[in-house]
Amino acid sequence: MRENFEKELKNLHLEIETMGNMVIKVIDNSVIALTKKNTDLAKKIIAEDIDINNMEKKIESHCLNIILRENPVASDLRFISSVLKIITDLERIADQGADIAEISLYLSDEDFITPIVKIPQMANIAQDMVRKSLEAFINGDLSLATEVIEMDNRVDELFHCLKNHLIELIIENPKNGTQALDILMIGKYLERIGDHAENISEWVIYFLTGKVPNI
Amino acid sequence: MSKIKIKDFNLFYDNFQGLKNINMNIEENKITAFIGPSGCGKSSLLKSINRMNDLVDSCVTNGNIYFDDKDIMKTDVTQLRKEIGMVFQNPNPFPMSIYNNIAYGPRTHGIKSKEELDKIVESSLRKAALYDEVKDSIHKSALKLSGGQQQRLCIARALAIEPEVLLLDEPTSALDPISTLKIEELLQSLKDDYTIVIVTHNMQQALRISDNTGFFLNGELIEFNETDKLFTFPENEKTENYITGRFG
Repeated sequence: MRENFEKELKNLHLEIETMGNMVIKVIDNSVIALTKKNTDLAKKIIAEDIDINNMEKKIESHCLNIILRENPVASDLRFISSVLKIITDLERIADQGADIAEISLYLSDEDFITPIVKIPQMANIAQDMVRKSLEAFINGDLSLATEVIEMDNRVDELFHCLKNHLIELIIENPKNGTQALDILMIGKYLERIGDHAENISEWVIYFLTGKVPNI
Repeated sequence: MSKIKIKDFNLFYDNFQGLKNINMNIEENKITAFIGPSGCGKSSLLKSINRMNDLVDSCVTNGNIYFDDKDIMKTDVTQLRKEIGMVFQNPNPFPMSIYNNIAYGPRTHGIKSKEELDKIVESSLRKAALYDEVKDSIHKSALKLSGGQQQRLCIARALAIEPEVLLLDEPTSALDPISTLKIEELLQSLKDDYTIVIVTHNMQQALRISDNTGFFLNGELIEFNETDKLFTFPENEKTENYITGRFG
């Protein structure tokens, strides 16, 4: 048995779990910052994005180190290459959370042109997708990974509803245009977060089955 | 296309069964690697392909090995070993000049003309990527060459009798990394003209150079697959456990 190697792999599991939890919190907080017009929280999210970037670098260097020293093959190689891909998706999700926080700062002193309903719904599903995709990775759960891929359709549907609703608001009153575009951007960021969670699940499927995802 | 077909092959050393019902096809112009822990039977199978095991008194085999669809047991053994050359773990040049090491085989097969032998020596050394290093000392003792050069000389010596298949039994295990790299590159360049079978303990080597890999355990062929597939998604759990170091 390669005890040190096993220990390194366990550490990677823990690190990716930690990074995952940080990213899920960003999605949560970015929507709270928007709906509650909490500028302090928005600024905190933006400032703390660097911690997630650093976490990505740390895990990446850990993976490269293992590749260099241990020459992993078979499931170990698939695990480490999946980690390398997954952390890129997690980092992008955090960036999108920070982008939402930034828009929420512009909107903090404006009245919303419409009640913010679809956005929290999208955020809930997207966040659930990230959580479940990581759970599928940690537990090697193929059916959970497949479930996450199906969940993305719901996020896409909500985005299209949001888009149509915003178009109606612009037609109603062109002055709504500026804020409608900001809200549309937020919706788009959440829709992209769903796509990244789907990518993570595709890498989980690769890890478990060896089938290379068509991303 | 299969160059060597192994069918229901069993091998015994007295009462010990070293190989159990092996079935595999070795493809032409490909490098096939045999991997597995010590005593798994990989070298025994390699030595069976050119009937080196005939020299072991206690060794008995049954089943068939076909070389170009000819049963090797029904082929003249000298002719078989001319067509299927072998290189061993430790470089074993004859205590004679570089030239005579290579000319030895062709001479025993009846080639006497100096002009012809000169050509064979030069082309064999070139094929073994050794010519440029030894061209000025070709009549000096082969024992003065470095370990890596000696092993390439042994490959050149094997190539001089124009085999179709080259069997290599851990050819780089006694060599430094640079010499190992040279041998690996040499084998990759030779596969266009030869069918190569290599036994190696170095899994990274199997990964680097081979097209197909067979994993042996306790005399059984556990898995035989394309190398990339075997090392990324092995079909058998025993293969997975061995190559990831979770076995033994």
